[in-house]
Amino acid sequence: MVSSILPLKVENARVEKRGNRIVGPINLDISPKGFTIIMGPNGSGKTSLLRLLHGLENPRGGSLDWNGSTETAQLHQSFVFQTPIMLRRTAIENIIYPLILRNIPKDEALKIAKEWIGKINLEKSTDINARFLSGGEKQKLAIARALATKPQLLFLDEPTANLDGSATREIEALLQETHKAGTRIIMTTHNIGQGKRLAEDVMFIYRGNILETSNAKQFFKKPQTKEARAFIDGDILE
Amino acid sequence: MSDIVEGMLAAFRLIFSLDADLFEIILLSLQVTLTAVIIASLIGMPLGAWLAVNRFRFRRITIAILNALMGLPPVVVGLIVYIMLSRSGPFGVLNLLFTPTAMVIAQVIIITPLIASISHQAIRDLWAEYHDLLISLNTTKWQRMLTLIKDARRSLLTASLAGFGRAIGEVGAIMIVGGNIDHLTRVLTTAIALETGKGEFAFALALGFILIALAILVNLAIHSISKTERASNW
Repeated sequence: MVSSILPLKVENARVEKRGNRIVGPINLDISPKGFTIIMGPNGSGKTSLLRLLHGLENPRGGSLDWNGSTETAQLHQSFVFQTPIMLRRTAIENIIYPLILRNIPKDEALKIAKEWIGKINLEKSTDINARFLSGGEKQKLAIARALATKPQLLFLDEPTANLDGSATREIEALLQETHKAGTRIIMTTHNIGQGKRLAEDVMFIYRGNILETSNAKQFFKKPQTKEARAFIDGDILE
Repeated sequence: MSDIVEGMLAAFRLIFSLDADLFEIILLSLQVTLTAVIIASLIGMPLGAWLAVNRFRFRRITIAILNALMGLPPVVVGLIVYIMLSRSGPFGVLNLLFTPTAMVIAQVIIITPLIASISHQAIRDLWAEYHDLLISLNTTKWQRMLTLIKDARRSLLTASLAGFGRAIGEVGAIMIVGGNIDHLTRVLTTAIALETGKGEFAFALALGFILIALAILVNLAIHSISKTERASNW
């Protein structure tokens, strides 16, 4: 068993773009288990926070302290983007790619990729250029590609924002299963229904600050801040 | 107008006469140009990829210079290569002046900036698309370049073909460094220049049509081998 990269301790980390503070300062502890949903209105900094945790944004000041080295931590986490980024390759080659990067032998990588193609019901599209798949198929493929490397921590940025109901249902089922298998999941959404269906705990972010971190049941029933209250009630937050 | 028709007829007659000298010229044209395209691609494509994924201090000016070099005047390149390779020049001992190798060297210098620049543009666009994913997957700079070159291969083919187009029709530089020596360094373009100078317009035109046909054939052949322009691939 590989040692865990979690808990992650974030201290006073900020994201700035052209001098404007987008997120933070953030202080957080990410525990090794759980399914956290980051909620908040559009433009509140959900994506930037997720990208900061994954290392796609450099923190301006503050620190991210993984359990172990940052290099090791980066090898054991995956990120799924809101708009799936597909390599201009076949579906199966998209899953194989990160495995080859991790020096997994070709035949073994192919075996793992085939399993995942089966799991997401894309057998028929195995050898189709991934860019010709539908939006839902692309996102399923992106999640399979993210999971094929057996990450301890999976980030998802609004993975179903552009998808229809059936694709959303399939992806939520896959995420539930992944969570049960012990993978730590941190995901953003501004869809309250999705938050209620998936979250174990909720982080509520508003104007770049985390206003609330609480158990999901408690958050949806009795939010602590008036902003969260308004958000759940469907008011427009600016 | 009748000159042109006559030229076309002469071209057909020439081809079907299976003239050995003619095929020697065609073959040398192809050999020199394809060698130059391959070498220039091997230099230009990695250079284009490198410029796309790296951020360094003089990047903008490097790219500007590269783009400017696309318009390098072949005659000047020929002259410089001539001076370099001439007996009294720094590479005189290699005895390369008036050989096909000298022609390849001149063409590589002419088309490498073109191939590098077109490659850079294609790879830069793909890099913008792949950027977040490749960063997220912890790729090294080297892996990024390889991935981008592999996945942009169809756009890179266009870069190579543009280089081929420029090189196969080029006359100024190879005339100077090759010398248009019969059976040694005579190619289609230098032969056309020679025949035109002699007043043999029909023959010159015939060679011209063969040259154009050759360029089209090579393009078609490469497209069919690489299966571009088909929906399932693109």
